[in-house]
Amino acid sequence: MILFSTIKRILGQLRHDPRTIGLIVVVPTLLITLIYFMYEGQPAVFDRVALTMLGVFPFIVMFLITSIAMLRERTTGTLERLFTTPVGKIDLLFGYGVAFGVAAAAQATVAAAFSYWALDMRTAGSIGLVILIAVANAVLGVALGLLCSAFARTEFQAVQFMPLVVAPQLLLCGLFVPREDMAGWLQTISDVLPMSYSVEALTEVGVHAEPTGIMWRDLTVVVGSIVVALILGAATLRRRTA
Amino acid sequence: MSEAIEVRDLVVRRGKRTVLDGFSCVIPRGSVTGLLGPSGSGKTTLMRAVVGVQIVASGTVTVLGHPAGSAPLRRRIGYLTQAPSVYADLTVAENARYFASLYGLKAAAADEAIEAVGLTAARGQLVANLSGGQRSRASLACAIVSRPELLVLDEPTVGQDPVLRDELWDHFRRLAADGATVLVSSHVMDEANRCDRLLLIREGALIADDTPAGVKAAAGVDDLDQAFLNLIRRQEEVAAA
Repeated sequence: MILFSTIKRILGQLRHDPRTIGLIVVVPTLLITLIYFMYEGQPAVFDRVALTMLGVFPFIVMFLITSIAMLRERTTGTLERLFTTPVGKIDLLFGYGVAFGVAAAAQATVAAAFSYWALDMRTAGSIGLVILIAVANAVLGVALGLLCSAFARTEFQAVQFMPLVVAPQLLLCGLFVPREDMAGWLQTISDVLPMSYSVEALTEVGVHAEPTGIMWRDLTVVVGSIVVALILGAATLRRRTA
Repeated sequence: MSEAIEVRDLVVRRGKRTVLDGFSCVIPRGSVTGLLGPSGSGKTTLMRAVVGVQIVASGTVTVLGHPAGSAPLRRRIGYLTQAPSVYADLTVAENARYFASLYGLKAAAADEAIEAVGLTAARGQLVANLSGGQRSRASLACAIVSRPELLVLDEPTVGQDPVLRDELWDHFRRLAADGATVLVSSHVMDEANRCDRLLLIREGALIADDTPAGVKAAAGVDDLDQAFLNLIRRQEEVAAA
């Protein structure tokens, strides 16, 4: 019940901020359109890059939104106050996870639908799987955002975590250089970064008509990473502070 | 059991500074107790320890018979932080309803709390668009929405219109008359006269714990400002001797 009203509260905050909603929904679609024109005449390259970006954008956006939202809870005193009420840590963590997961689902659906029908993106597998993996990636962004907000004292610091968390994952996920062509130590790093798995899962959907075992394994790794990030995030939420 | 709060030998360090050093006090149930002292004297730290969000080095804080911060207390206390802690991007009503829902209460409880703080006309406005005084009343509405047995209010009347301030104090008195315990910090001495008991604190030490009349009598003056000053001077003389 508390979880439900917390989800409602977070979505309510979003609802009063139409510009943010607009940015969440429109920006990934615009960027994928940009990619479309960059690779005009090379549909195979566009298919691959756009598919990867459908997983990457929700991760970036939700990571940023969540780390700022959670930082605000900490700095405005609402978190301290909530901890004097019956609210549990789970209510807060899952509240953010579900509320922003819903926003991410809307974002991924619009971006994927636009890519398929307006930009003629083609994948062997279904659009539903693409959206599912994109949402899982977005929720991973939420979970890591909750965790990283604990290490930022100001908004300036919080936004600096974005390049730190996102850039290595993007560079090493196999989009720019195939993972198997990387130096061994880079592959090792790539192997422990969750985005490598979500990009591989999306690639599987791109080339196989039916969901593959590798895709399910990768999705499981992403979900496992979400759970680990949430548990670590819960450890940073302290009822008592100095 | 007649005490709402019992603090024993409380030591709190924040950074390298010892804010409270062996602080003890007892606050009776069904009273309005004023916590008075200059900025930095340890008022907020004491209140944070009472509501259970402050890391304490040693000592005990017992609230309504339970250790401060323990789970059963979370339905029974209301806490108003010094800076308004409400969601600026929600309306007054949405904030109050959210906090009401945490206690399983319906919108009617939220509306009552909003009315008690005189914000009914502004209930549909975003908190971000309110004045400073309205914002802190929105925050107060969220603290009283559950009709807590213990209400801990950190400077609730700062920046309020005098008429409203008077009404808020009437409200605190009514809550206490109904059996609630109100612990309220302030540095406005004329408000102190409306308390049942006063705790005067300075540099983390308790200087006086008495009724307003008792404090004045002990200091030998009829003005609380002057009484506070006399008691501090007297204490410093004792310390120097």
